[in-house]
Amino acid sequence: MRYAETGFNLEIDLTRGNIEKVVTDPKDTELYLGGLGTNAKILWDRVPPEVEAFSPENLLIFGAGLLCGTPATGCNRTIVTTISPQTKLMAFSMMGGFWAPELKYAGYDKVILSGKSSDLVYLWINNDEVEIRDASHLKGKGALETAELLRKELNEPKAQVAAIGMAGENRVFYASVEQGRSSASRGGIGAVMGDKGVKAIVVRGTKDINVAEPEKYIELCNEVLEYIKFREENPIPGVMAILSRLGSPQEMAVHDEKWHTENFSWGNSRTRRKDFWTEEVAKEWEETLESARTRLISCYNCPMKCGATLSLPGLPTYMMKCFTKLTYTMGAFSNLEFGLRIAQKATEYGLDGYSAPQVMAFALELLEDGILTDKDFPDMPEDTEGRFYYLLDKIVRREGIGDILANGTHWAAEEIGNGAEEYAHNNIKKVEQLPLKLFMMNPIYYLMYCTGEKMNITQIEGQFPQAPFPKREHREKFVKDWFQVPDEKFKQYFLDWEMRGEKNVTPFYPTIEMTCEIVDWQEKMHYIDDALGMCAGLSSFHLKPPYHMHNFPKFITAGAGIEMDQDKLTQAAKRYRTLVRANNIRRGMRRKDEVPPADHWKKRFPELEKELLDTYYQYKGWNNDGIPTKESLHELGLDYVAEDFIKRGILTDGENLPGEDASSK
Amino acid sequence: MTVDKIDKEKKIIKTIRIDVDKCNGCRACEVICSAFHAAPKYSSNNPARSRIRIIRDPLKDIYVPVYAGEYTVAECAGRDKYMIDGKEYDECAFCRASCPSRDEFKEPDSGLPLKCDMCEGEDEPLCVKWCHAEALIYEEREEEVDEAVEQEDLEIGLDSLVDKYGLEKLMDTVSRMLEKD
Repeated sequence: MRYAETGFNLEIDLTRGNIEKVVTDPKDTELYLGGLGTNAKILWDRVPPEVEAFSPENLLIFGAGLLCGTPATGCNRTIVTTISPQTKLMAFSMMGGFWAPELKYAGYDKVILSGKSSDLVYLWINNDEVEIRDASHLKGKGALETAELLRKELNEPKAQVAAIGMAGENRVFYASVEQGRSSASRGGIGAVMGDKGVKAIVVRGTKDINVAEPEKYIELCNEVLEYIKFREENPIPGVMAILSRLGSPQEMAVHDEKWHTENFSWGNSRTRRKDFWTEEVAKEWEETLESARTRLISCYNCPMKCGATLSLPGLPTYMMKCFTKLTYTMGAFSNLEFGLRIAQKATEYGLDGYSAPQVMAFALELLEDGILTDKDFPDMPEDTEGRFYYLLDKIVRREGIGDILANGTHWAAEEIGNGAEEYAHNNIKKVEQLPLKLFMMNPIYYLMYCTGEKMNITQIEGQFPQAPFPKREHREKFVKDWFQVPDEKFKQYFLDWEMRGEKNVTPFYPTIEMTCEIVDWQEKMHYIDDALGMCAGLSSFHLKPPYHMHNFPKFITAGAGIEMDQDKLTQAAKRYRTLVRANNIRRGMRRKDEVPPADHWKKRFPELEKELLDTYYQYKGWNNDGIPTKESLHELGLDYVAEDFIKRGILTDGENLPGEDASSK
Repeated sequence: MTVDKIDKEKKIIKTIRIDVDKCNGCRACEVICSAFHAAPKYSSNNPARSRIRIIRDPLKDIYVPVYAGEYTVAECAGRDKYMIDGKEYDECAFCRASCPSRDEFKEPDSGLPLKCDMCEGEDEPLCVKWCHAEALIYEEREEEVDEAVEQEDLEIGLDSLVDKYGLEKLMDTVSRMLEKD
């Protein structure tokens, strides 16, 4: 019997209309776990670098995490993997909600889409019955609207629906896949779904998911729940609100937005408004949110309430979570009411809430500076809010300037030319980032920004405090119950981190070696979450989370029946993390691409930064260009990657050691 | 259903007080219920076997956790609509019956009815324990009731089979099975 997983993938060839239920190899689960890990393996095996995002040969994989569908609290993520039209690299965006567990109960670990349907279709997965059905009546419909219509049409109120809106249908490079209160937004996954002619995937499942050691497993689950309760009652003192409590940043619950509105940038990620948060604004925004919000809501099997149902007068009800609350507001220099209203439309259209407002602010800045002209925006309203609505519609319909803007700031700037490139200034690897501009380079964040392949800082940071605490006694208090550290040394690193003075201050502390270890730990926890289907809001994103390096191996052993310990899990995570990089290296990603947005920090340290990256690459087993070496690939059992690299001339035999060491051998 | 004896006596009634305003729709109650009632205990998970369900319509802000009550042969005649706080609820949203009109509270494979047993042997029903939102609160109260002998799972199942196939056919089948053994 297979435990935690079903042992089956659903392969759907949209060109031929062929549907197959395929048994998976349990050996792959042991090596790559599930979710992101096995997604990366499938992409490596079946999508060579010649395949482009919109080639029929591109795959779109919806992978449920290994432990989704078991009683593990907060384990509900679907990891969606494909080749991104925006980055031309491997994209792996994720969504919480209810879809992944439902897929497991239907009897599948993944849905793998290949080919292209000539007509718009939707997929109906009802346990063993799987159908490709006509969706022509859903063309142009909103993502949530589509979900409601399909539940009615199929008479299945319990079915879970992942759908695209008009943005996905028209292949906007930052189109999302929406699923009720959740979405897989980054990397233009919705555009690939639209390109494949799939409007929605509807799932209903009523089968069992088994665990290997029932009593042990439920005990682990109960421990986690108890710890969550403890943390709810004992928020961490001395850190900002979103880090003191578990869950995704509690944007739907909080009213105080002083920190975001005054520290993050407005418009095209340019303007800090240091005295923005007045009492008057606070009062107005509180009223807006209080009157719009009907309920705080959760994902499957999770007590955190990170999302909300929002109803604004005259608009259909929709659901939101996290930071989209402020991205449109701040992009347009407007207020919360505007932000929540336009987000309703954008959610139905199915757009990434980080990228979309930034693209619009970017376009308006180009207009202001004369690089684009009024002729590019026929009949556009005068006010910024009106302009945002105008641009939103142009983009999702790919009309006029919208057709260029639909490709994101990087590609739009390249096409517009005339100096527009300078305006696409807030990207990493061509993807728009949070509008955060800071003063002093921070070594931990430097490495995370450079080497992250999920293109989002929130999806690599966590575990280690973002800044030192002013007093040693506070630091001592913090480390006292910090049992989540994989190694005691991390406590010392934090204890010795001083806020000011001569010694142990940023950016030369944590030292380069410490920085490498901290970043590696932070990244590893995210990668483990992404294979198991665990929400970062109960795990990798947090300081002192309920899930950590000490209980994860036990969860895997008792849940999936795979003998696991810390070392083995570390090795597995490293294996598929390297495989993600291998997919990207094969697509041309190199050291030159691993840079933070040029203006992210004002005060930079080029020599230190070079040394950081050199050392980190070496620490990771990558050569000086960021390519995994033959030796490190061998150690991970990834010889097939090394062979491919050598065949393609990416690595040459004998030139496999990192940096200087190569010559001494 | 036959009732063995009717008598007035004092009895501890176990109930779950449900606060629909507090429910966040996460379905943890369904998760732990189905795990607890798996055989062996906790060996599998499947909300479709759960004895508690959230009647859920997020866009209409409807979240009603209901736990399984009696099995009923026939659906009731008039199904009314209730307007509460401007929201329209189907009467069935509050009904605990395993009933032919809907899929709730039936084993997905056999269609046999499910009934909440308050997690016998535990301090409190586990759905209550797992509901951090405190939408489910366990309560005991003493009441004078018409005492009927509680039906066991097996009996409820048999009852529903009798209703479906008739007693005679069921007896025949059982005897045939006995012969085979």
